[in-house]
Amino acid sequence: MVSLVVLSLILITISFRESSTGPLSGVQAAGATVLRPFEVAAERVARPFRDVYGYFAGLVHVKRENGRLKAEVNQLRQQAELGQSARAQNARLRDQLHFVDSPLFPSDYSAVNTRIIGWRSEFDDQVVIAAGRDHGIRQETPVVTSDGLVGSVTQVIGDSALVTLITDQSSAVQARDQNSGAFGLVRHGQGQGSLIVDRVTKDKQVTAGDVIVTAGTRSSKYPSLFPAGIPIGWVTSAGQSDTAPYKQIQIQPYVDFTSLDAVTALITSKKIPKAP
Amino acid sequence: MPADVAKATGLLLFAVVLQLSIMANVTILGGHPNFLLVTLVCVALLRGAVFGAVAGFWAGLLADTGVFGTLGFTALLLTVAGYWTGRYGETTGRDRAHAPVLSIAMITILYQIAALVLRFMLGQNAPAGAIFEGLPPTVLLNVLLTLPVYAFTRRLLRPREWAPREVRLLG
Repeated sequence: MVSLVVLSLILITISFRESSTGPLSGVQAAGATVLRPFEVAAERVARPFRDVYGYFAGLVHVKRENGRLKAEVNQLRQQAELGQSARAQNARLRDQLHFVDSPLFPSDYSAVNTRIIGWRSEFDDQVVIAAGRDHGIRQETPVVTSDGLVGSVTQVIGDSALVTLITDQSSAVQARDQNSGAFGLVRHGQGQGSLIVDRVTKDKQVTAGDVIVTAGTRSSKYPSLFPAGIPIGWVTSAGQSDTAPYKQIQIQPYVDFTSLDAVTALITSKKIPKAP
Repeated sequence: MPADVAKATGLLLFAVVLQLSIMANVTILGGHPNFLLVTLVCVALLRGAVFGAVAGFWAGLLADTGVFGTLGFTALLLTVAGYWTGRYGETTGRDRAHAPVLSIAMITILYQIAALVLRFMLGQNAPAGAIFEGLPPTVLLNVLLTLPVYAFTRRLLRPREWAPREVRLLG
């Protein structure tokens, strides 16, 4: 018993201190590769049951959700029409200016669609995906779903990778209010899985319902991992107090992190700008 | 003995895979059932302290490799959990019907607190408020899981006849 405890402590120490290319990482990668087929099989067996549960759980809120979505569709239809003409104009102007830009989302990215095969623990908002370095995924690769931003890759081996979700305490994303243009930092809020937009100065107008998207790189010193324009969520409440230096903004993410089963890793061949 | 090792290995491998792929994402009433811990406690109760500690170490190590965790983290917690439960099974808890339920309730609380402290010491995310809020439902869910898991494990690993220890009184 004592020898096993000592061995565990030695492993923790080495694992904690070594780099991602150290010898223990190789052992870990081999272990993960061995477990991978079992995890994929278990996930496939469990998926129908989870879908059935999700279906019935969704029925509880379906009527209220339907009304909200209908109103949202009308609003978005109008915005889409305006956006279409603005996009055409934007492309024309960029062309005329010979504008040099960082990779654009989604046009400059190719997608690697993959499945989630494991969840790290209830302490971390981190998931294991069934695609890795062999599929072109690198550390810091952005990960999304069709709903919006999920997170970024923080560890990668040959055929799987660890994705840290934006709801994790270690995550922070440079974001922009699409309606007012206010910039801020999306990070973990007080409750489990909640998100806030921090560092938005009080002079900016942010109201409930505003759409928050990734801001992309704003400072060459601190390049963002995420391309600009990926939807993150919408503002549920925005307020300010006399004592706090910034606005207090809570957002509801578009992605339902409790029922994630497949994600898309965004791969780009275009060079992401780094600080000189 | 080799048959026991093979059976326990198969059972714990299944528990690790189930825990990582499915159970780690299950939240019921704010609690997170830990199938791996429950299975280990059942195995340790039936096979004793040394078996429990070794089984806990290897199962924990496998769990750590499967999700890019800090290698040795879960192994350390499950080694201690397996040893303690095994000791309890060999001594006070022997032949007691409530032993599995009592062990899992106790071990779940200690496991969650120990994990929290260890994470704090390693400078990792340690949300004490969320963990303590989720502790009562987690204990309840683990206790509910214990009943079928212990019944199954008992069928797989038949309870040992503990050898009576002779005690010679002085004088």
